[in-house]
Amino acid sequence: MIVRILGEGQWDVPDDAVGSLNALDDQVEQAVAQQDEAKLAVALSALLDEVRSAGTAVPDDQILDSSLILPDVGSSLADVEALLAESADGLIPG
Amino acid sequence: MAGIFQRMSLIFRAKADKTLDKYEDPRQTLDYSYQRQLELLQKVRRGVADVATSRKRIELQANGLSTQSDKLTSQAQKALEVGREDLAREALTRRSGIQQQLTDLQAQHAQLQGEEEKLVRASQRLQAKVDAFRTKKETIKATYSAAEAQTRIGEAFTGISEEMGDVGLAVQRAEDKTAQLQARAGAIDELLASGALDDVTGTQKDDITLELEQLASTSDVESELTRMKTQLGSGPAATTQAIGGGPTAAIGGAPAPQAPAASTDYQGQPNVGDLR
Repeated sequence: MIVRILGEGQWDVPDDAVGSLNALDDQVEQAVAQQDEAKLAVALSALLDEVRSAGTAVPDDQILDSSLILPDVGSSLADVEALLAESADGLIPG
Repeated sequence: MAGIFQRMSLIFRAKADKTLDKYEDPRQTLDYSYQRQLELLQKVRRGVADVATSRKRIELQANGLSTQSDKLTSQAQKALEVGREDLAREALTRRSGIQQQLTDLQAQHAQLQGEEEKLVRASQRLQAKVDAFRTKKETIKATYSAAEAQTRIGEAFTGISEEMGDVGLAVQRAEDKTAQLQARAGAIDELLASGALDDVTGTQKDDITLELEQLASTSDVESELTRMKTQLGSGPAATTQAIGGGPTAAIGGAPAPQAPAASTDYQGQPNVGDLR
C-alpha cells in the first residue's frame, strides 16, 4: 500500500503493517475529535514513524497514486481540520 | 481504514477527476497538466528563493543585534570604570532586551531553515516526477487511442496531481510562515531605525554613548583645569614647560571616524534557474 506523508513523499508499506497503522490512526482521529493538540502531535509522530520504518521510500521518478495521505508531523489541529474541510479548490492548480 | 486519511486521499482524487473531465480527449489533459506542473515547479523555486531571502534577512538582523549586545556590554564596562553604575545598569538592561530579541530571531531562523530544506526537497521530488510524467505523456499519446488512453492517463494523472497538491501545500505553508516572520522582521527594522536599539551602522550615537563621551570630555576639562591651576601656582618655570609640551590629549578622547553607513537592505536575491 502506498502512503503519502505530506511534504515528505511516499512510502510503500507492506499490507501486514497496516494493522498497527490502524491502531495509531485511531489515536490521531481521537485527538482531532477531542481537539487535543498535544495528543495529536504525539499520535501523529508515532504514526509517521511507523510508516517510515515499516515502509520503503518510493523513488522520486515514480508516479504513483497513494491509498492514504497523512499530514506531516508539524501539522496543527487547525491544519488537519483545514485539510479535511478543503474540498473545492486550493490544493491542486487547475 | 475509513479514517480521516481515507477522506484526504479522496480530496486529491476528486480534484484530479474534475480536471480530467474538462477535456473530451483525455490526451489534451496531459499537455494541460504538464503545463501546470511546469508552472508549479517555477512557483516552488520562487518559494525557495523567498524563504532564503527571509532567512538571510534574519541573519543580518541577528548580526546587528549581536553587535549591539557586545557594544552595550563594553559600554556598561566603561560606565562602571567611571563610576556610573546607573548608566551601566541601563546598558545592561537594554542588552537583556536585545538578548531576548536575538533568541527569538534564532528560533525563527531555525524555522525558516526547516521550511527551506523542505521546499528544496519538494522541488527536487517534483522535478523528478515532472520528468517522469513527460516521458509517460509522450508514450501514452503515441501509443494509445483516446479510449485506451483514458485509463492510463487516470493513473499517471492522479499520481502527479497528488504530488502537485502536496507540493502546492508546502509552498503555501512556507509563504504563510515567511509572511508572518517578515512582519516581525519589519518591526525589528523599525526598532533599529528608531534608535531605540541604536543604529547598527553606527551612524547615530545612542544616549549612553553620548553621556559617556560627555563624561570623558568633562573629566578632560577638569584635568586640564587642574593642570592649569597647578601651573599658575608653581610660577614661571612651569609656564615654559606648558608651552613646550602643550596640551595634547584633549582631542584624543573624541570618537574614531565612523565607518560609512552600510546598507541594511538585503540584496542577495538568489537566481532562479531556468525550468528546463
